[in-house]
Parts: sequence; structure tokens; C-alpha cells
Amino acid sequence: MSQAPETKEGPVVTPVRVVIALCLAAPFVAMLWVGSYAKTDPVVIGIPFFYWYQMLWVLISTLLTMVAYKLWQRDQRARSAAKGGDPR
Amino acid sequence: MNDGVNGVALAVFIFFFVLVTAMGFLAARWRKAANEHTLDEWGLGGRSFGTWVTWFLLGGDLYTAYTFVAVPAAIYAAGAAGFFAVPYTILVYPLIFTFLPRLWSVSHKHGYVTTSDFVHGRFGSKGLSLAVAVTGILATMPYIALQLVGIQAVLDVMGVGGGEDTNWFVKDLPLLIAFGVLAAYTYSSGLRAPALIAFVKDTLIYVVIAVAIIYIPVKLGGFDEIFASAREAYSETNPATGAPRGSLVPSEAGQWTYATLALGSALALFMYPHSITATLSSRSREVIRRNTTILPLYSLMLGLLALLGFMAIAAGVKVQNGQLAIPQLFENMFPAWFAGVAFAAIGIGALVPAAIMSIAAANLFTRNIYKDFIKPDATPKQETKVSKIVSLLVKVGALAFVLTMDKTVAINFQLLGGIWILQTFPALVGGLFTRWFHRWALIGGWAVGMVYGTVAAYGVASPTQKHFGGSAKEIPGIGEIGYIGLTAFVLNLVVTVVLTFVMRACKAPEGVDRTSPEDYTADAGDPGVDAKLPPATAGSAH
Repeated sequence: MSQAPETKEGPVVTPVRVVIALCLAAPFVAMLWVGSYAKTDPVVIGIPFFYWYQMLWVLISTLLTMVAYKLWQRDQRARSAAKGGDPR
Repeated sequence: MNDGVNGVALAVFIFFFVLVTAMGFLAARWRKAANEHTLDEWGLGGRSFGTWVTWFLLGGDLYTAYTFVAVPAAIYAAGAAGFFAVPYTILVYPLIFTFLPRLWSVSHKHGYVTTSDFVHGRFGSKGLSLAVAVTGILATMPYIALQLVGIQAVLDVMGVGGGEDTNWFVKDLPLLIAFGVLAAYTYSSGLRAPALIAFVKDTLIYVVIAVAIIYIPVKLGGFDEIFASAREAYSETNPATGAPRGSLVPSEAGQWTYATLALGSALALFMYPHSITATLSSRSREVIRRNTTILPLYSLMLGLLALLGFMAIAAGVKVQNGQLAIPQLFENMFPAWFAGVAFAAIGIGALVPAAIMSIAAANLFTRNIYKDFIKPDATPKQETKVSKIVSLLVKVGALAFVLTMDKTVAINFQLLGGIWILQTFPALVGGLFTRWFHRWALIGGWAVGMVYGTVAAYGVASPTQKHFGGSAKEIPGIGEIGYIGLTAFVLNLVVTVVLTFVMRACKAPEGVDRTSPEDYTADAGDPGVDAKLPPATAGSAH
């Protein structure tokens, strides 16, 4: 447990955290830019682009969120280790 | 529609219904705690659920029967515009990844049961917490009513419920029975009942979707055929509007609507009390983060489900009431026994969220109206008692709503509910990250958002309705058609920021903040955060 009330936190913005933010922001850019995918071609197994592209993004955003989760976990562990607490 | 009762389908439906009823009552004994007369036990399942239970519970909670019926129905009616539900659920998870763990931590630390509890503790304002509670209850009630509409659609297609000429009691008897049973086990088992039933519900739903998405296209000659006949159907002119019925991709003008609906709905989803109830019932902060990476499986299912709307067109399903399109498609396409499984999936899909929603609304009433304003010294046992009774009243209210009023009224209110609940975002999510907003400014912003949203929605006409005809309207200053809820939200935010500066300038009292920065990152097991919680009231002594 992090028993010492040490307040020596690292810098708030680190490269890892920027990557996390990008992973979480990417789906917003992709999905809200409707003009980029409002078309029928290319059709895959009979399904217009508009539909399969968005379903593909379900998978992409899931992967991105997983990456963000793993990086965040590692970031937190590193921080609590630096503080001399238990790496949880 | 009512061309006789489908006996086999009905038998299968009843089998599953009896099964979940038994589970609902037995759930009271599942992971039973020593002291069951606290709101933490009844209303949050003892805050004990791990990753998988939470996954089923949240999935069962967010993807309701009404979703299963309404999303494909929207596609059936107008095509691409209805598919916004998919980007909407894609955006939800990265969003909640950022703020939900903080809400979990602070709630766990202080024993908060509802979002209003948190807002009260953070801003020290009973008025603001009341505003959040009332908004939550108002937005949840029509949502429960719509679950009943979902069950009704299924009963209708199965041929039970009688025709126009049977008297109202016989007609509504099946619905009354279903609801009576639901009310009884929610009363006795609390959140444990829907948590256990959610396993059955989601398993059935996944099986039905997997079968439907393979079996129906094979029978209809593949997706090429399906989309070709959909394209043809959408290009036909709708006599009511003089415009084509719909389109396979959103038009240039429809893209703003599509994007704002997706974003606005994503922001609103976890403001709903039932989403928060399911979240707070989880065991640890990690459970929430982990769930944001596995919940999207439901979004994929929703996307596949939406495609059923096209299949209904291709299969020649012709219904006046779009809500019946999917149940009718199942009845036409599947053998009777499997249609029964599909109907059971939708029916049970209504019971799980209805139970959680009524619990969530009851908790809001008990904690933020009853305890804050009526009986401040209520014991945990009294709180639980009140919550149980209110959960019954909420359900009776929803039932009366559906039986006495036209279905469109419930749908209108649900639409308004979405706009309203989004107006609690600045207080809740803003409050999780900063104490900068002034409590009175938040009330001001909320009020402006509520009034604008209601008035704007009232003014939307459709070919069939003079008011509340849709949820999109011209955005003032931009000129594009966008989701009213999001416009109201932006307005709300602007007013809140401006008023905060004003309040600061005239040194209005800030109110007491009972939380401290480290509360927002605490996890179960940290010092001061018991894995086993103190009784619900201990942490938030008012």
C-alpha cells in the first residue's frame, strides 16, 4: 500500500499519457467525421461501406481502449513504485 | 397481426419466463450479506460484483428490449439515419474510461449510492443535488414505460393480448402478470435479481443474433439481395412527406444530425441513474476500466441487430407500427420454437433494465429527496424500506402510463428524457475533475438547458405529429440540423461558465466540499477504503 504521503508525482503530461489520450480521442475523430464514410462503395459481401466501416470501428476502438488500459496500468504501477509503495 | 396464438412460440416464451422468475426470487440468497437491510445490499447488490457479473449487468442494463426493437425499426423506416446507434455506442466507452473510475472511487470512499449523493457531497448544495435527482427520475420513468412497449410488441406478434374487440383487462392481462412478477422479485431481491437474470437475457440475445445474422440472409439470398431491395424501398416516395422514404447513406444535410445524435447520446448514456447503479455495484475500480474494454462486444451485436431492419424490408415485412417489424420478421422467418426463443430474449431483455431502472429511481428518491428533505435521520433500514416501496410505485406509474396513454407519448417523453439527462453532465462529470464551477452557476446552466431542450423539442413537427416529432432541429448560429440535446448541453455549459465568473466576482458562498483529491483515485483496499463498506449512510453523514 502507498503509505507514505509523498507528493513527489512525476510530470502530469508524459509521452505515455499523450499516447493514451490519442487512443481515446481517435474514435471521436473517426466517427464524428461522417463525411469520410458516408458512401456505399466499396461493398464487402454485399454490405455497403457505410455499415461495415462503422462496425470495423467497433473493433478498432476496442483495441485502442485496451491499449489505453494497459498503458494506464503500467503508468500507475510505475508511479506507485516511484513513490515507494506496493506496485499494484 | 393477431392471426391466432402461436402455441409453440408461446410455450417456449413461457418456459423462459418461468425460469427467470425462479431465478429472480432465488437471487436474494446469492452472495447474501450479513446485514441485508441497507441500501448498499438491496440497491447495489452489496457492491460486490466482479468483472463478468458487471459486464452482464451493464450489458443487460444498457442494451434494452426497446433498443432491440427500436434500432432496427428506425433502419426499417428510414435507413442510414437509424444506424447512429453504432457510433454512439462506440464513443461511450473511451468516454467513460476517463471519468467513471473517478466516480466509482469517490462513491466508494464516501458511501454514495446515487449521482446526486456525489453532487451533494462535492458542491454542498441540496438544490443542485435535488435538480440532478429530479432530472434522473423524470428521465428514467418513460424509459421504464418503453420497456413495457417492448414486451407488448412481442406479445402482440405472438397473438396473445387479443384483438381490438376484447376488453382491456383480458388484452392487458399478460403484461400485468409479467409486471407483477417483475415487481415482486425486484422488491425481495433488489439488484441481485436483474444481475442474475442478465446472464440468461444476454445469452439468449447473443444466440438469437448469431443465428439471425446467418440464417436470415441465407434464406433471403445474401446481403446483396437484401441491400438491393432496401435501396429500392427507400427510393419510393413517402406520400406523407413527398420525399423518398430513406437512404442507404446519410445525405450531406443529414451528416450533422448523425454526428450530433451519436455524440449527444454517448455523453448522456452514463448520466442515466440505471447506468450508474450498475457501475457502483462493481467491486473495484479495475472492474470498471476492464469493462470498458469488453463492453464493446455489445456494440458489435447492436450493429448486427441493426442490419435486421434491412432484412425486414427484404423479407417483405409490412407493418404500420415500425416497432413490430423485428418481432414480425422473427415470426415469419424462424421455426416456431426458435421464434419463441427470440421473443423470450426480447421479453427478458425488457425485465432486466426495467428492474434496474426502478431500483435506480427509487434510490434517487430515497437518498436525495426523502432523506435530504423529509426525514434526515432515516436509518439504513428505513431507507431500504422506502426504496423498496418506491421501486414498486415507479413501476406502477410506468404501467399506468403505458396502459392509459398512447405509445407515442411514452416515446416522446423518452426523447425528452435523453435531452434532460444530458443537462446533468456539467455538474456530474465537471464535478469529478474540477471544483471550479460554482454550484449556483451549475443550477443556472441546468435550468437553461432544460428549458431550451424542452421548448425546442416541443417545436419539432413530423408528418404524423405536431409536437415532439423528432430530436433534431436547426442549431442556432450554425444553421445545420443537429441533436437538440447537444445544443442544449452547449448552451448549458456556456451559461455555467459565464455565471461562475459572475458568482466569483460577487463572492457568492462556495459551499463545502466534503471530498478530497485523493478520494478520486482510491481503490478498494487502500487505507481508509474498506473492501467491505461501512453501512450506506456512514460515509455521507449529512
